[in-house]
Amino acid sequence: MSESITIALTKGRILKETLPLLARAGIEPLDDISKSRKLVFETTADGVRLVVIRGTDVPTYVRHGAADVGVVGKDVLLEHGAEGLYEPLDLGIARCRLMTAGPVGWQQDGARIRVATKFVNIARDYFARKGVHADVIKLYGAMELAPMMDLADLILDIVDTGNTLRANGMEPLEEVASVSSRLIVNKAAMRSRCAGIQSLVDSLAAAVEAA
Amino acid sequence: MTSVDRWQLPDGIEEVLPAQAATVEALRRRLLDLFRSWGYELVIPPLVEFTDSLLTGLGQDLDLLTFKLTDQLSGRSMGVRADITPQVARIDAHSLAPDGVSRLCYAGSTLHTRPKSLMASRSPIQLGAELYGDDSVAADVEIIRLMLATLDAAELPARYTLDLGHVGIYEAVLDAAELDDEQEARIFDCLQRKSVPDLMQALDDVPEDIATLIIGLVDLHGDDNVLLAARELFADRAPRALAAVDALQDVATDLRHQRPDLPIYFDLAELRGYHYHTGIVFAAYVPGHGQALANGGRYNGVGEVYGRSRPATGFATDLKALMNLLPASASGQGAISMPDSDDLELLAKAEALRASGEIVINSLGAGRDPRCDRELVEIEGEWQTRPL
Repeated sequence: MSESITIALTKGRILKETLPLLARAGIEPLDDISKSRKLVFETTADGVRLVVIRGTDVPTYVRHGAADVGVVGKDVLLEHGAEGLYEPLDLGIARCRLMTAGPVGWQQDGARIRVATKFVNIARDYFARKGVHADVIKLYGAMELAPMMDLADLILDIVDTGNTLRANGMEPLEEVASVSSRLIVNKAAMRSRCAGIQSLVDSLAAAVEAA
Repeated sequence: MTSVDRWQLPDGIEEVLPAQAATVEALRRRLLDLFRSWGYELVIPPLVEFTDSLLTGLGQDLDLLTFKLTDQLSGRSMGVRADITPQVARIDAHSLAPDGVSRLCYAGSTLHTRPKSLMASRSPIQLGAELYGDDSVAADVEIIRLMLATLDAAELPARYTLDLGHVGIYEAVLDAAELDDEQEARIFDCLQRKSVPDLMQALDDVPEDIATLIIGLVDLHGDDNVLLAARELFADRAPRALAAVDALQDVATDLRHQRPDLPIYFDLAELRGYHYHTGIVFAAYVPGHGQALANGGRYNGVGEVYGRSRPATGFATDLKALMNLLPASASGQGAISMPDSDDLELLAKAEALRASGEIVINSLGAGRDPRCDRELVEIEGEWQTRPL
């Protein structure tokens, strides 16, 4: 039992792109994850099981040792901190960019700006580094609405194609970070199950190379 | 404040109830006795000190962790200790000031402004031992053996892994790399997270052979093969690191001589306490816990700010963290109930029983204490215990 490895996966788009990588590393779920309502999945690899959870929960599971390894977007690691975790591998999947955006032609007037975002820590840090005094407003969705309703001047959000921005009269401004999914590892698991985890990291690295 | 939240304790501040308190206290006594039997003398440093001495030499981490208040008598700033180690270093360097080796130990509550890690207590009970005045590998080995003996004495249900590292390795690599401060800070951050992708990015504008050296460092964790790989990597590029690799090898060989099956995990990129440690660093981990259960290392020269520079090595653990790993105390020593009476013979009998280690509880108006499994009764003019 102590040799088993639990991998926490981020549901949604990241999951879809993670499964082929895992399959190439010899790990395939026994049930079809998209059709099952289960939360824990046994796999074809001996002693390896998968749990499928929200991205923001993945670092928590791994940090507490409830899962040994996790797959999560870099945006989540930047926002919630990666303290107490190792992040040895860039899986190169679910690529997108974290950007600031504003109404077309927007110019700052006044000493402070209002920024609507889901990523409050990243936003605070980013604007502080630029020397801009920003009041950060936490929202959970539909960021583009905030400038239209004069709730905020700018937004800081994940930008994929930029189509939603353009449809709402906005344009991307600056890139804050480029995002892809990372493999994270619990520090104690890396020690007590060094061989097993290292071989998992290596075979996933090979799968990423081949992709 | 309403009566609903009046019972509340601050986040990360906990009380320890009887069953667990018994475990913690038994452990504290056992461990301090163990230290004593190794020749480590107990000191009791004060709860608060002037920040001038409390925070010297240990950098910003401890500063942020320390609650501060103003001394009404002197007007100076005081701190509630967040770490006892600097206090003991001061005691060695200034108060005792011996010329030879001194061995000191301590146990006491500390207070942290913020939890050191997720779910960590803000008031850990720190217990540790320090060895001053000897800069040899033998001293490092002694303090690591004492840490292992401490964990063994705690009778943890899980098997621990010993982590070994040496700050001299990263120092030698940095010397060879000649980076500016900003690059250094970024690389430090990436190394702590063992993030190869971020490291690649940070090393973009660094000469290629230096980049190879630093990226090679990230992979230097695991079993003994790590030391071989390290020698190969450093031989030409950072020869000064080889002395540190030798020291690690020596310590591991000495430890294995006594404990052939000790799991050792080398981590040459471990940077915990990098700004503070000066040589071998070590820690013990158990499966499922991302934070070290006990850790320590060499921190030479720390006494300098108190007047005398002394070689030093030591370790510390948190009794509450150990407590959380131990199964709930199943001791449940049965007690003896005695009637509430002024009978001198009864009182004498109760004292004799108590002196022999029994728990004797006076039975007050409300009746017998539920922990009692025996009672004192007078049979033929003599007080005797009998099962309930």
